[in-house]
Amino acid sequence: MDTILFLAQTEEDGTLGKPALEALGAAVELTQALSGTLVAALYGAKAQPAADAIANCGASRFLAVAGEDFASARYATDAAACEALLRAAQATIVITAATSRSSRVMAGVTHRVGGCVDTHVSAIAADSASVTLTRWFYRQRIEASLTRTQRPWVLLLDPGAHAAWQGQGASGPVAPELIAVPVTESMRRTAVRGTITPPVDQQTIRPDAKLLFVAGAGWTKKQKDGQTHVPEAETLIVDFLHKSKASLGSSKSLVELTGENQSALRFMSHLNQVGQTGATPRHPKGLSTCCHGEEPHTVGWRFIGERRAINLDPNCGWARGKADVLYVADAFEVMSKVNALLGS
Amino acid sequence: MTNPYHVVVCASVVPDPLQTLEPITGPSGPALKNEMMLPAILDPWASHALYEGANLVKHIAGSKLWLVSMAPKAKLQQVMMTVAQKVPLQLVAVDGPSSGFADAHQTAHALAAAIRAIAGIDLSRLLLFGGWESASRSAGVTLQLIGEELGIVDQFQGVDAITPQEDGSFEVLERVEGARHQVSLCAGPPAVLGWATGNLGEPRNDPQVGMANMRTIMPALQRATVASISADGMRYSNVATPKQQRQTRIVKELPAEDIAREIVQWITQE
Repeated sequence: MDTILFLAQTEEDGTLGKPALEALGAAVELTQALSGTLVAALYGAKAQPAADAIANCGASRFLAVAGEDFASARYATDAAACEALLRAAQATIVITAATSRSSRVMAGVTHRVGGCVDTHVSAIAADSASVTLTRWFYRQRIEASLTRTQRPWVLLLDPGAHAAWQGQGASGPVAPELIAVPVTESMRRTAVRGTITPPVDQQTIRPDAKLLFVAGAGWTKKQKDGQTHVPEAETLIVDFLHKSKASLGSSKSLVELTGENQSALRFMSHLNQVGQTGATPRHPKGLSTCCHGEEPHTVGWRFIGERRAINLDPNCGWARGKADVLYVADAFEVMSKVNALLGS
Repeated sequence: MTNPYHVVVCASVVPDPLQTLEPITGPSGPALKNEMMLPAILDPWASHALYEGANLVKHIAGSKLWLVSMAPKAKLQQVMMTVAQKVPLQLVAVDGPSSGFADAHQTAHALAAAIRAIAGIDLSRLLLFGGWESASRSAGVTLQLIGEELGIVDQFQGVDAITPQEDGSFEVLERVEGARHQVSLCAGPPAVLGWATGNLGEPRNDPQVGMANMRTIMPALQRATVASISADGMRYSNVATPKQQRQTRIVKELPAEDIAREIVQWITQE
């Protein structure tokens, strides 16, 4: 019988983030499909609040590694904690969320326990005999399902790929088994000093936004009067992001214009880039403007639900067949009126 | 001043992103149609790692740079014609598959063996660079696995900057959720850094650098060790490109006011 381990890091306040609850949802579902045993394991500065919150998830055991040494996302201590939890759980399948923290360590942990790992998992299916996962290859251009016989099998589930565990009935306190993990000086060679966060008015990437707004290089090109209007484009885009609370994505070409100090949008960075060499975010809706069509761009909104585009070219390959609606119009005109409507 | 680094950049060869990819079933599992014929490039994120590594080596006296790459030898030779003109490097070639469907664990094992075998390398000075994910398997696990094989427990992923300090330590910026960067200070090498885009542009082609590099690249290709990668308990099914084709409604000759109204209604409805 399979033992499924739900593994998660806790947040600063000891609770679980949404991606972790999604991974728990997948772990509960897989346990039921395999008629297996569920074990929940947590690591971080504090584990008790998270353990209490998922007390009724059906886990037969709760394990935890807790303490200040495990507060920061540091490879050496995170890997040691996860390794100890995997060994204690004796799991055959491990499900964890593909956060930046777990993605940094889980392959290494898998190596230590002699298992195998698959990341960016978008779906997990099981019958009584086997488990099959689905993930993308070649940067979201080819989708494949695969199964493995080697165990333990560690699966990192992409955020947004599964419904979050909601829990049924009242939660109650639970006492997790605390696993001791010795922290040596060599594991403290790296010190995490904190994070750099863009100023609020420059914060343009919002993973939880309902809308992804994609700006293409067309914003910086000559317009119908034969001139570029980059400052005006900046104002329109920033105004729209402020009013709509959308997340900002960009094509590679526009980001690289910024890096080369050409006339470009000052707030754009590589972090905004979507597509072949950028992010593939998940949002319910997407609006692209001034993008020209190439396959690497369309890859960037593979996981966008409803899609609309504004472009002067009615045959734009970026939009045709990829968007639900293509408005053949001047994005400068349309977005200024959109901003006026949103402001009224 | 900072001690010299031995920088090893692991980089695979991937199809040019502008090529249309069509999966087929080959004798050893899934593959790409006409894979050997597709124009190839050095993996984009690993290319950034190469440029950052070369920049580091240039500024810290006594440092060295190796590029370790596993790919079919003919394909690697073709890609090196361009890469060799970018930065001074020493190639370590491993003749094996560069397919996204090849198993990462065995790939990592072969690359770790190739790194250990580099003449003159000091593993205590090692900075293992690469892309944080490839454009083929897109898993972000190979570097971690190599690091573990080499016993390196200071690892960073999604790196955008490394800043060496006077005392031999270095500061690293890693991408984390919410468009933030995590700032860490590492006591020194050895360490693994999986790069995102970094801060450097693509260097211009320099024919002189190319000619100097090619003197060592061709012998390195001839010396390439052969790595065989098996499926080893992994079985693929349903390998396909997404067939989703949307019925796009083309809206022409509608006044900007009406388009704006429609868009606002759309983005504000639940």
